[in-house]
Amino acid sequence: MTAVQPDALAATLEAVTAGRRRRGRRRLLVHLGLGLAVVVVFWLSLMLGRTNYPFSDVLMVILGGDVDGASFTVGTLRLPRAGTGLMVGLAFGLAGATFQTMLRNPLASPDVIGISSGASAAAVIGILVLAVSPTTVSVMATAAALATAFAIYLLAFKQGGVANTRLILIGIGVASMLGSVVSYVLSGAAAWDMQVAMRWLTGNLNGATWERTLPLLLAVVLLTPVLLYLLRDLEAIRLGDQTAAALGVPVERVRVLLIVVAVTLMAFATAAAGPIAFVAFLSGPIAARILGPVGSPVLASGLFGALLVLVADFFAQYALGTRFPVGVITGALGAPFLIYLLVRSNRSGGSL
Amino acid sequence: MSNAHSLTAEGLGLGYGERTVVEGLDLPIPPGRITVVVGANACGKSTILKAMSRLLPVRSGSVLLDGKSIHAMSTKEVARTLGLLPQSPIAPEGIAVADLVGRGRHPHQGMLSRWTSDDDLAVARALQVTGTADLADRSVDELSGGQRQRVWIAMVLAQQTELLLLDEPTTFLDVTHQIEVLDLLTDLNRDFGTTIVMVLHDLNLAARYADHLVAIKAGGLYAAGEPSAVLTETCVRDVFGLDNLVVPDPTNGKPLVLPLGRHHAAALPTS
Repeated sequence: MTAVQPDALAATLEAVTAGRRRRGRRRLLVHLGLGLAVVVVFWLSLMLGRTNYPFSDVLMVILGGDVDGASFTVGTLRLPRAGTGLMVGLAFGLAGATFQTMLRNPLASPDVIGISSGASAAAVIGILVLAVSPTTVSVMATAAALATAFAIYLLAFKQGGVANTRLILIGIGVASMLGSVVSYVLSGAAAWDMQVAMRWLTGNLNGATWERTLPLLLAVVLLTPVLLYLLRDLEAIRLGDQTAAALGVPVERVRVLLIVVAVTLMAFATAAAGPIAFVAFLSGPIAARILGPVGSPVLASGLFGALLVLVADFFAQYALGTRFPVGVITGALGAPFLIYLLVRSNRSGGSL
Repeated sequence: MSNAHSLTAEGLGLGYGERTVVEGLDLPIPPGRITVVVGANACGKSTILKAMSRLLPVRSGSVLLDGKSIHAMSTKEVARTLGLLPQSPIAPEGIAVADLVGRGRHPHQGMLSRWTSDDDLAVARALQVTGTADLADRSVDELSGGQRQRVWIAMVLAQQTELLLLDEPTTFLDVTHQIEVLDLLTDLNRDFGTTIVMVLHDLNLAARYADHLVAIKAGGLYAAGEPSAVLTETCVRDVFGLDNLVVPDPTNGKPLVLPLGRHHAAALPTS
């Protein structure tokens, strides 16, 4: 081999450009497809229910018109519920895939390693013990989630950096510890508080209002662009910390930023609807499989999370006669998937 | 491509936590040459390579890139001049070869600047030079160890730096693939004037491929220079604690190290 042959280089260049375009197209199509599915399911969940409303009525209500019956059912009940579900799913999906890709392990999702348990514990204490306002609950949940993440990080920190497996095992331990805090507070709660507090065990969209969702809406609107901006660096970190640093990524700074952004999204979503089981955990790996190896799965995971929560909540409300909390459905889906991932990761290493 | 970049360590002190790994190390890297660093396990070779690529903070002394302290430069600035291939980089599951090589363009893309045709060209060149153009659309998972290592080298080449640091680029490869990788690096050096610094375990390959050989002992410089001047029986005994015989390589006259174990030395004729 001597200097590069011009002809061969031209052919390679063509192949490289074509391959990149192909991957880019696939990325675009998958994101558009998932986005469209979210919009359709969102709209259907406004139209369908115990009483069905036609497309035009729903449109009227959304545009601010007054439609007999629909204004209350769609405008006051279904719209905040679906809106909350959408944003909660988006936030969980984004946060989950961020952790999973950053730690290169599908088990490293914030709901598995105890970060959402931290938010839950703080929220339960805020609601039942301190009786503070929903906004204060969100703030407390966020602070507790960040503190939990920080504590897990410190406990997992060993000379020369954080070992990922260690972090996951410590996280699982922390999760069960905080779970017992939640159970303890709930066991002392008055019966009429239980309905509210149950939200913090399984996650529930019942009684969702815009007022309670407002903090989450702000978090999603402000933090999603930050997260998307960091994705390029996150993609480099997937190659290993040293490789990323050699490529000019300030690894520690980016990692801390990613953790803060993802944990905040997670915490605000948890404060709005409780720790809806396994949404963060499921969305990343499934989105990665739909997307294929053509880039970061984080945004696709957010969209899939939104889709998952909307569909699961629809089933939880209407499919089984009684209204279940949405977390029951996602939990029932999540456990088998967890087992599947564990079995599979033994075989192939199973990175996201 | 003429090579103007210089890389030097001056009075370098490095360590992890309580432990001091390297102390008072002066290590100028000759520009446009192939430098190979050898030394026993845990002598600090990899640590030195990390510090020289700004991955590790220094305790004392400094690493100078073109006369400026590398630790005072931004990580991106360094990444445009100096490429590093660490010992075990991780390929995301299923990633295509061209996509992985494209990651090497990271330091050349700004906050908002998108992928340009220059980036495509750099990737195509890197694939061509490393002989991995046929693999462009394959998944990295499917490749053999030697192919994978060439792809990783292609990624560092796409970074288009004139200095290239590699931490044990031949580990886990069989002998054919080791030679393949070392030949490729030699081509890069001869054809493009790329300065290459690498850590190698195999002393004979080190002697054959190095223009400049550096022997590290317990975090300090034992000897540096022409392989034939550095790699002597005394050096191998002092640095590796190994009884040995050094003979001229019949193919090129470079030193060839024959280790003498406890069991088979008696069969040798005494010189």
